[in-house]
Amino acid sequence: MAKIVVDGTEVDVPAEYTLLQACEAAGVEIPRFCFHERLSIAGNCRMCLVEVKGGPPKPTASCAMAVKDLRPGPNGEPPVVLTKSPMVKKAREGVMEFLLINHPLDCPICDQGGECDLQDQAMAYGADTSRFAENKRAVEDKYIGPLVKTSMNRCIQCTRCVRFSTEVAGVPDLGAIGRGEDMEITTYLEHAMRSEMQGNVADLCPVGALTHKPYQFHARPWELIKTESIDVMDAVGSNIRIDTRGREVMRFLPRNNDAVNEEWISDKSRYVWDGLKVQRLDRPYVRKDGRLVPATWSEAFAAIAAKVKGTAPTKIGAIIGDLASVEEVFALKTLMGKLGSANIDARQDGAKLDPALGRATYVFNPTIAGIEQADAILLVGTDPRHEASVINARIRKRWRQGGLKIGLIGAKVDLTYAYDYLGAGPDSLADLAGSSAFGDILRKAERPLVIVGQGALARPDGAAVLSLAARVAVAVGAVKDGWNGFGVLHTAAARVGALDVGAVPGPGGLDVAGMTAPGALDVTFLMGADEVEVAPGAFVVYLGTHGDRGAHRADVILPGAAYPEKSGIYVNTEGRVQFANRAAFPPGEAREDWAILRALSEVLGQTLPFDNMQALRAQLVSGYPHLGHIDEAAAADAGAVSTLAGVGGSVDKAAFAPVIEDFFLTNPIARASAVMAECSALRLAAAAEAAE
Amino acid sequence: MKLDQAARAIFLTELVSGFFLAMRYFFKPKATLNYPFEKGPLSPRFRGEHALRRYPNGEERCIACKLCEAICPAQAITIEAGPRRNDGTRRTTRYDIDMVKCIYCGFCQEACPVDAIVEGPNFEFATETREELYYDKEKLLANGDRWEREIARSIALDAPYR
Repeated sequence: MAKIVVDGTEVDVPAEYTLLQACEAAGVEIPRFCFHERLSIAGNCRMCLVEVKGGPPKPTASCAMAVKDLRPGPNGEPPVVLTKSPMVKKAREGVMEFLLINHPLDCPICDQGGECDLQDQAMAYGADTSRFAENKRAVEDKYIGPLVKTSMNRCIQCTRCVRFSTEVAGVPDLGAIGRGEDMEITTYLEHAMRSEMQGNVADLCPVGALTHKPYQFHARPWELIKTESIDVMDAVGSNIRIDTRGREVMRFLPRNNDAVNEEWISDKSRYVWDGLKVQRLDRPYVRKDGRLVPATWSEAFAAIAAKVKGTAPTKIGAIIGDLASVEEVFALKTLMGKLGSANIDARQDGAKLDPALGRATYVFNPTIAGIEQADAILLVGTDPRHEASVINARIRKRWRQGGLKIGLIGAKVDLTYAYDYLGAGPDSLADLAGSSAFGDILRKAERPLVIVGQGALARPDGAAVLSLAARVAVAVGAVKDGWNGFGVLHTAAARVGALDVGAVPGPGGLDVAGMTAPGALDVTFLMGADEVEVAPGAFVVYLGTHGDRGAHRADVILPGAAYPEKSGIYVNTEGRVQFANRAAFPPGEAREDWAILRALSEVLGQTLPFDNMQALRAQLVSGYPHLGHIDEAAAADAGAVSTLAGVGGSVDKAAFAPVIEDFFLTNPIARASAVMAECSALRLAAAAEAAE
Repeated sequence: MKLDQAARAIFLTELVSGFFLAMRYFFKPKATLNYPFEKGPLSPRFRGEHALRRYPNGEERCIACKLCEAICPAQAITIEAGPRRNDGTRRTTRYDIDMVKCIYCGFCQEACPVDAIVEGPNFEFATETREELYYDKEKLLANGDRWEREIARSIALDAPYR
């Protein structure tokens, strides 16, 4: 710790703090453009100039000078930083004047207008008039993909975007060419950026040089209503802010949560919003003579009741999709229980996870923030870059700090960091339990981490592979006091919550494969389950949001609410219980899913014991107390991993297959989105080009 | 006192002065106007019916910055924006003014960075139905085309004072 005096107040800060951080610790705000907490220090915007006693006799860039760089006074007085002196005021005005020389005055047509750092800081620290009468610099706009729009005249060359793509995203597409005024940000050969987190550069851009293309010109920040919510595109549970205007969702932005997504979200999470407006189911449908015809709610319920009443409980089943909130899963499970059916499954992809073995066997025990403490990581049957982009960025962050060895078993993919490729299938995993090069690395590591992906589990021998992975984790000492390094990386937002409430087949119940088999069931409820193919013959009730595969197969369609349109609890892959608020309303006659189930239960004569969301949540929390602890990832009992290791079973030799075929088209909302379709096409084209 | 009164009565001073007053007003210019055939003078700052202006080359001025919508105290303006089909520039796809809500404060034209929305000199836009007072973009642009000469003159006359 070092003492420093900021504007007369003495603060005690770590010596490696920059002056900017020290000033913030003292409660003084320093304007900045290029400095960003999660990126490296560039020191090129010069906006953060302060006056320093004990340093060079000129204004100093506070972001690039550390507290330990300053000398104490002659009698050992702490160094002094002045942020409100005339020198600083003049310096800031000068820097702002220089920045504005080449910045166009097109705020009225700029999408950043109203939430622009340059606008705000020009108001706060700039001079009132311009003395510059000459021509401004003109820069050609660049094409950097369908997601981020450029307007390079506005660029103030802070290089945040370059540093983000190089450091955080790990796909160094962006760079700068030229010097001084002529410096330009570009992808060099004018191609689309290839990162799956590129939307974040538009957030980082302090001016309007990089803006969100799908959102361009559509709304102003001051007319948007901001709602805090949780993303469901993957199992990370990224914290997002939903911006709505009237009833319309205008955009998704990340919220800062150091424990989960820091302040990044993937492109799929960010740009999926146009999928919420098209292909929506806005009224019930009933299939009559082979055609789906619009119906009223009571007609739809009557059709279901007529079918269910004549069906034996064992011939009724329910499959839960990837986007459901815990409340809906709980309601559906309660309803199935009342109907006397044990056929319920939330594992659409057939992953062999069994909540009966204990919570530690299906959550990401080390927690996402815990990745930063790991010193060796084994990835089993997973491609974190596409299954959980934000977690991949976290692994990369840890990797960049050095001293981290990463091993991968499964399909060979570009993960944006170097790893040892250990093999494709369970054999390579079994080798690690014995003595092997990477096994020794894991064993020597203080905090080894074994990440098991769904690619290793969504196969007939998945349970045995999971057990084998647990055995490796235990053998290398990944499970010990104070550190549980066994983590299951999920791909579906609903999965952990559904496993928590036990939405898996009961005794004698059928799993997804069993339920979709021909002749297995007479009535199948699909709650947003679109990734399964139900064999012909069964009467399918589809409760969902989009006209996707499930709706096409359905005999009765019940229109539900998409994730911005309902409040709900989601449990992310690390078991963190998070609460999503409602931002918009479902279209037309669509209703929140739990309410539909409640209304249906009454028609079926098995009324669910709750009349409102509060009663439902109260029951849910009384049955599963940990779901009442919002924003907490309760540590699961690590003993379960050892138990799991003892389960054993014979494993197949087949290689682990990737679970995500197309990153941009993994769920019904994304498949309805035109932006996602464009991204997907671009990705395929790039892959085809690379293959040539 | 009595004498005074008597003198006035004898010389009919009140009657005569009243007569002269009547004559003075009789020959004075009339305060009333033969509206609608005659109209009073309007200040260049007069705030009447709204219009959306165009540039001389026919390009609409409005750039959909939404500042008028933001400042409108009566919340009478509704704008939806997006990139224009042919050239991708920022344009309104919808520009509605609810003239029933409007309080004619003129904030919208003050806020406009490109002098697109203006309150023109026209005040004779009474309608038979309420619906006719819900102006859309087409109506406002037509207003702009109709009143452009007067609007341009008013802006030119007012320019030295801003």
